[in-house]
Amino acid sequence: MSFASRFARITVGVIVTLAVVSALFFAFAWHSSIDPVEPPTASAFDHAVVLRGAQLAALGECVTCHTAADGRVFAGGRAIPTPFGTIYSTNITPDPLTGIGQWSLAAFERAMRAGVDRKGRDLYPAFPYDHFTLLRDEDVKSLYAYLMTRQPVRVPAHPNELDFPLNFRPLLAGWKLLFFRQGRYRQDRSHDETWNRGAYLAEGLAHCGACHTPRNLLGAEKKDQHFGGGESENWHAYAINSASQSPVPWEANTLQFYLRNGWHALHGVARGPMTPVVENMAGVPETDVQAMAAYVISLMGQPTPERVRHAEGLATRKVAPPVAAQPDNVGATLYTAACAVCHESGRPLPFGGIDLALSIGVSGEDPTNLLHVVLEGLPAAGEAPMPIMPGFAHTLSDPQLLALLTYLRSRFAAKPLWSDTETAIRHAQEAERRR
Amino acid sequence: MTAVGADTSVRRSVSRRAVLQGTGALIVTFTIFPVASSQETGGAKTSAGAPKLPGSLTNAPFLDAWIRIDADGSATAFTGKAELGQGIKTALLQVTAEELEVPLNHLTLITADTALTADEGYTAGSHSTQDSGTALRNAAAQAREILIGEAARRMNLPADQLKAANGTVIAPNGARLSYADLVSPTLLHVQAQPNSKLKDPDSFRIMNRSQPRVDIPGKVTGGSVYVQDMRLPGMLHARVVRPPSYGAQLATVDTGAVERMPGVVRIVRDGNFLAVVAEREYQAIKAMRSLAVATQWRERPALPKQADLAATLLSLPVEDFTIFEKPVSTSTAAATAVEATYTRPYLAHASVGPSCAIAQLQDGSLTVWTHTQGVYPDRQAIAAMLGLAPEKVHCIHVEGSGCYGHNGADDAAGDAALIASQVPGHPIRVQWMREQEFAWEPFGPAMITKAHASLDSSGRIADWDYGVWSNTHSTRPGPAGSLLAGQHMARAFPPPPPKPLPQPEGGGDRNAIPLYELPRAKVVHHFIPSMPIRVSALRSLGAHMNVFSIESFMDELALAAHSDPVAFRLEHLNDPRARAVVTTAADRFGWAARQKGGNGRGCGFGFARYKNLAAYCAIALELEVERETGRVRVQRIVAAVDTGQVVNPDGIRNQIEGGILQSISWTLYESVSFDETRILCVDWSTYPILRFDSVPNRVDVDLVDRPGQPFLGCGEASQGPASAALANAIADAIGKRLRELPLTAARIKAAVGI
Amino acid sequence: MELKVNGRIHSVAAAPDTPLLYVLREDLQLNAAKYGCGLGQCGACTVMVDGEAVLSCVVPILLLQGKEIMTVEGLGSIDKPGPMQRAFIEEQAAQCGYCIPGMMMRAQALLQKNPQTSDAEIRRQLEQNLCRCGTHMRILRAVRRAAQLMQTPETAVDTGRST
Repeated sequence: MSFASRFARITVGVIVTLAVVSALFFAFAWHSSIDPVEPPTASAFDHAVVLRGAQLAALGECVTCHTAADGRVFAGGRAIPTPFGTIYSTNITPDPLTGIGQWSLAAFERAMRAGVDRKGRDLYPAFPYDHFTLLRDEDVKSLYAYLMTRQPVRVPAHPNELDFPLNFRPLLAGWKLLFFRQGRYRQDRSHDETWNRGAYLAEGLAHCGACHTPRNLLGAEKKDQHFGGGESENWHAYAINSASQSPVPWEANTLQFYLRNGWHALHGVARGPMTPVVENMAGVPETDVQAMAAYVISLMGQPTPERVRHAEGLATRKVAPPVAAQPDNVGATLYTAACAVCHESGRPLPFGGIDLALSIGVSGEDPTNLLHVVLEGLPAAGEAPMPIMPGFAHTLSDPQLLALLTYLRSRFAAKPLWSDTETAIRHAQEAERRR
Repeated sequence: MTAVGADTSVRRSVSRRAVLQGTGALIVTFTIFPVASSQETGGAKTSAGAPKLPGSLTNAPFLDAWIRIDADGSATAFTGKAELGQGIKTALLQVTAEELEVPLNHLTLITADTALTADEGYTAGSHSTQDSGTALRNAAAQAREILIGEAARRMNLPADQLKAANGTVIAPNGARLSYADLVSPTLLHVQAQPNSKLKDPDSFRIMNRSQPRVDIPGKVTGGSVYVQDMRLPGMLHARVVRPPSYGAQLATVDTGAVERMPGVVRIVRDGNFLAVVAEREYQAIKAMRSLAVATQWRERPALPKQADLAATLLSLPVEDFTIFEKPVSTSTAAATAVEATYTRPYLAHASVGPSCAIAQLQDGSLTVWTHTQGVYPDRQAIAAMLGLAPEKVHCIHVEGSGCYGHNGADDAAGDAALIASQVPGHPIRVQWMREQEFAWEPFGPAMITKAHASLDSSGRIADWDYGVWSNTHSTRPGPAGSLLAGQHMARAFPPPPPKPLPQPEGGGDRNAIPLYELPRAKVVHHFIPSMPIRVSALRSLGAHMNVFSIESFMDELALAAHSDPVAFRLEHLNDPRARAVVTTAADRFGWAARQKGGNGRGCGFGFARYKNLAAYCAIALELEVERETGRVRVQRIVAAVDTGQVVNPDGIRNQIEGGILQSISWTLYESVSFDETRILCVDWSTYPILRFDSVPNRVDVDLVDRPGQPFLGCGEASQGPASAALANAIADAIGKRLRELPLTAARIKAAVGI
Repeated sequence: MELKVNGRIHSVAAAPDTPLLYVLREDLQLNAAKYGCGLGQCGACTVMVDGEAVLSCVVPILLLQGKEIMTVEGLGSIDKPGPMQRAFIEEQAAQCGYCIPGMMMRAQALLQKNPQTSDAEIRRQLEQNLCRCGTHMRILRAVRRAAQLMQTPETAVDTGRST
């Protein structure tokens, strides 16, 4: 056999194999388009179903991602930063041209369950269909009824800004093949109804894991580190499993209060990407919030007696005991001059400054959020009562910030500094300068 | 340092000291006629038997109480009114310079000062141009004629052949005598006359023209403008440690550690009044914080439940006053009846700068620099509190942050006076903290209104019943017990018994009588004497709520009558000036061609004549309601205003615009929060106000020119109409009527439903 | 310690934990920055530090060594107002005026970074600053006018440093 013929046969073999694989892949990746429908009228839906859909939409945070800053509600266009580039949310108002007005229930359901749009294109998993796939039929129907009865807004989609080859949508089929399993929520008979309700909501519609579970290099949640702490929009999402570092361990009732009100006296005020989550949670039935809290608490498990003892001490003290001035300690001086005025005022939360010994920002596994809050504060916005804190960007130098964090960490958490604090400070300061 | 309170922008200013010392030929001979402090009306009281003089000339009838001319020809005007940021100094300078025939920049103005100016009561109630402007205008005109008369005498010419211009009297042959030549110590020390030879509006050079405000250059370049900016030799900084709640009693205080803090000069304790004095400001703040921690108070729950506020207020005893009653004139069968109840929460003045005052006791005399609205009533209260004769207390107005009524200004002055009385010699500067201003300022009262009306078969109003429930809208000084320091000191002065402010201006019932033509009507003021929360005057008093209610109700009636809101108003409006502002606002807005309301977009209209006595104001606006959140975005606003003779057109626009934006904030966002013991809103976290993201895209103010007509105050004219226009536009946008203030996004969303 | 304010170095005796506001007002006798809340909530005390808007009521001076602080007094004087000051005078953008210096400094920081800034961005930046008189419309006009004046050669020459 000549080299040439052998080469030809191998080449043919490779080509045939590639063709077969490609054919199989495209067969998997190809989805039919679902025919457009006339946008249904509001009267097509039962009011009670729409009402239920509103509560579910609040649980699902639809409004948060599908509304741009200063944009119309549900009209999309919000930039969602990912490690792979920026994805822009789509218009989910019932506008027939730019929204989902022509989507039938079947098309909507396929998007929710399979991550495929009406025209058959795979959706990026920034849309958390890996969670929404768990939904019950009636909940999908309620959500559909709610969204189709919103005011249609004509806002064309903003193109995503992803680098090649990630902007090639069919690749998503491969991602799905590797990481995505369709399937509805299955009751766990070893737990009660409340727990199952909580699990159904937290794992499904509320997609807690989308932020609180770490992701792998390809952006998929690491199933073995479920709720082990993740990342969202450059904020850290704290571990909400047994690895929780909360100074006072969470309990079902405190977590329920926190989710419902956006703060708790022993835990502080929800900020960063958790802000809209808790705002939405105000429109959710109390029983659903209670169920989610019960479920998450069950995953956290029993805190160690040591943690419980520590927490009891913290919960009963009124304010941090005053510390003698330490002129040589830059961090202590900074804390006393800039932080203690509010954080040791004894004024109750949510408007007073938290005793930093209670702050997960200081005690938690990652300094990112503490840096956000120190540098940006809790900026005032809008005309509803809200806690406001001044930010110290543009005034704290890197070494001053390091000194402050070192002091806070040692005084209030009795822990050594995070291993990569200096890098985190550099990144945070650079981000501030770009703002 | 230039004289405190003088305009940094008026370069050739006569300093207060120069005025006090009578430099040059300036005569300080005028007598301030003691007149009992007028009430919230701010205006003059006529003493029996005296001829009726224009404006505040009644209070101080000698011309040289108002106008003086120096030997060098420079002129000084005196007003008992104070600059509150409303631009009154500029307007009064314009009025005086116009009639006196002197260049604007050759005229100096001295404002409220118990040693220098007439007692014009409070700078309140949109009275300043009406009272003081009228007084100065007439005094200036009479002074001009006296100067012309003196020139005529000296030139031996008939006075009517002479004219005045640029501080000079000119004869037909070109001969001139300057005011400096003419003036003598007694020339202007004459009684004012009831009638003046006022200039024809056609000949105005200064009035009815937009003059740049004299105070703005100093304010934007870091000038010493505010009482907060004063630094007197030997001045010490004080901070008060206020009780945590109304009526709290000081149980124990351990002052030892605080006394040893750096810079601490003195701790002042007098009953429940506790303060610390230090050398430097931040030392005083740190000492105040430490002192607060070292103090225990006994508190008791005495406040109503916020959630049941309206019911609680309605359950309190009332004194009823029927302020308007018109029996039925023609019997028309009522076809449709409409009724509604509206509520307003307590509102805070929420000045951006907390109150501040400086007081100094020297040789038994007390000087107080204060941003009070009434130097004379404040003097009376302070003198009574300290047991001093009023002549021993000198109150000087120096600007503060905008007050919008009775905020902490007088109380801060009382604090400074009490501390200064115990630390003699040093000027004592008291600066209230943010949380003190919120927790202790007297709020604008919560109110409830109920309206009932019937329409006849032609859709016209046949019958009108209206009631307003409210506390008093003034607990201002005079009495020592009106000051917090007076209430808290060991020799505690009781707060004076509350009184309703009388019609025709009214307090809680201000603007409760509609300007509309009604065949039968009855309006009752249900005055609630008991005050569970400290209250007093907030800009426009009851007018905000009454106009909000009446003008909301007019829209509800128009809807029931299937009539256009503007047409419906005009059908019931005879006053031609009222009709003119309504049609002007509607035309400029494009009311007739407006887009039909609905789908979250709506237009609204509101009208009132402030107090039924002052400026007319009509407002049309367009807004969007975000259906999913209830958030309101005001798109554009058109206002039409009739203020009588205009003095400073841009000044009026500034006031009307400001009133509208402030009213947007009151109406959409604000309410005072409290639990059963304490006021809970103590900062901007807990008392949010309008921020820039919610500011309308456009506000246009149209002035209806009324040359030669009396001045009509405009500082409080737009708040009521703006609030009603907002409510009406929201109703137009969402098809639901909201009657409970504030019209928050949450309430609107609840009304919209899913 | 030493503070550089409006181009001049001052030696101040205040304790290092003193917020900048009190040092500006008491030690340096500068009136423009105002006490409004002491909590960093209202913006009345806004000054510029190294070109950025900073709330002087909450920043202790120990953080400011070696930094360039600028207040309204550094933008010009009553005799020679800078573009921002001229704009506020020309638009008559004040009522009581107490919040105005803070507004001016935040606007100055914005316009120095982005002279072509949009209306939306001006509103977004000023969101942190409160005005109670309702002067907002005029403040917005004044900031737009200041942006124009800063780009006009004859008015843009000098942003102060006159001390």
